Amino acid sequence: MANSKKVKKIQITTTINGQEMELLIPPYISLLETLREIVGITGTKEGCNDGNCGACTVTIDRRIVDSCLVLGAEIDGKNVETIEGMATPEGLHPLQQAFLEEAALQCGICTPGFLVASKNLLDKEPNPSEGRIRHWLAGNLCRCTGYDKIVKAVQKASENS
Amino acid sequence: MHPYNYYAPENINDALGLLEKFGSKARCLAGGTDILVQTRGGRFELDAIIDVKNIPELTKVEWTKDHLLVGSAVPCYLLYEDEKVTSQFPGIIDAASLIGGIQIQSRASLGGNLCNASPSADGICPLIVHNTICVIAGPKGSREISVDQFCVSPGKNVLDEGEFLVSLKIPLPNSGFGAAYERFIPRNEMDIAVAAVGSSVVVDGGKITNSKIALAAVGPTPIYAEKASEFLLGKDVSEDNLDQASQIAQDSCSPITDMRGDVEFRKHLIGVLTRRTLDLALERAGGN
Repeated sequence: MANSKKVKKIQITTTINGQEMELLIPPYISLLETLREIVGITGTKEGCNDGNCGACTVTIDRRIVDSCLVLGAEIDGKNVETIEGMATPEGLHPLQQAFLEEAALQCGICTPGFLVASKNLLDKEPNPSEGRIRHWLAGNLCRCTGYDKIVKAVQKASENS
Repeated sequence: MHPYNYYAPENINDALGLLEKFGSKARCLAGGTDILVQTRGGRFELDAIIDVKNIPELTKVEWTKDHLLVGSAVPCYLLYEDEKVTSQFPGIIDAASLIGGIQIQSRASLGGNLCNASPSADGICPLIVHNTICVIAGPKGSREISVDQFCVSPGKNVLDEGEFLVSLKIPLPNSGFGAAYERFIPRNEMDIAVAAVGSSVVVDGGKITNSKIALAAVGPTPIYAEKASEFLLGKDVSEDNLDQASQIAQDSCSPITDMRGDVEFRKHLIGVLTRRTLDLALERAGGN
């Protein structure tokens, strides 16, 4: 039978935060591991590593996914956006600014996932209702804030954009 | 974790070749929301993951004269963002729009939900009450089976080694058809059903000419509630008949007690949810 010696790294071509890159990765590692350990961008956080908490949320072709539940191999030819792609040299994204102003975080581990998921919502629906925001963010867990401040921050960013 | 290779075949024959080569050391990857967690957790020791999302038959939603053909790897969002599918199959959409959160729905498929064969799977009861046919590819050719025969025990399905699920063939609803799915969870979102029911009816002139009721999380697999379904055949749409069917469904299920709920509570839920889904199915059928 095949064993670990027979597992060869594979080459993929992908676009991450607008930058096209070729990567050589083990075929069994997750997109989360690919981002953090191969590409070396660590803004995307590991929470539960089984698809419950949403801390590792990124977008693939403009849809949010849990990057722990995607293989790195699957992003060949795809367009990935992470928290690192959110702020510009000119300043923070309105959502990031709103999270700061509303104190929508304490420990911060869940924050990149909440920001990526919230941005994806506002990109599609600029003025979501509170209920819609809460429903959209149901796949992101936060154990510090109790959610109200996060929802308020998303509402504020929505009003300001 | 045991390291494995990744393959992304572009047609059914290549996928079958890989399944034959690796046997029980291979698994198909659709949305990955179950298989990657299970593999990481050591449930399988795989040599090959076969990503089936480059195979056209598994990733398209197609309308034929008599059926809606849903590729087994079609993610949930593609169904609920499709206006034609949502208007004709609201009972399927009830489930597709509540599996996991938005992140999960970007990836998870009804076909994968079915293959995973969880007793509490949200996707399976709606498929049962829509009389769905499973299209399976295998080394001896393709075969079709009714979806209520697909799951055999918790986590086990009817697929033989070397076979995989290609698509779900859902009959187009006739006039007078309505279906609905509801589950009970203690949270609002992102939870596993304590108990769940899918119901469908065909109504003609105030009488129920066909009905299917399916129950989840109250047996080793999602089950077709035959007695409750057959009770309604030929009956008038009345409070009493709907209550009786719900009582039969409640009495005929065999749940277990676990951290999510005890036997008595689950049976009670089945009664309540059967009645609710029958009401909604009737409303969708245009019956009242």
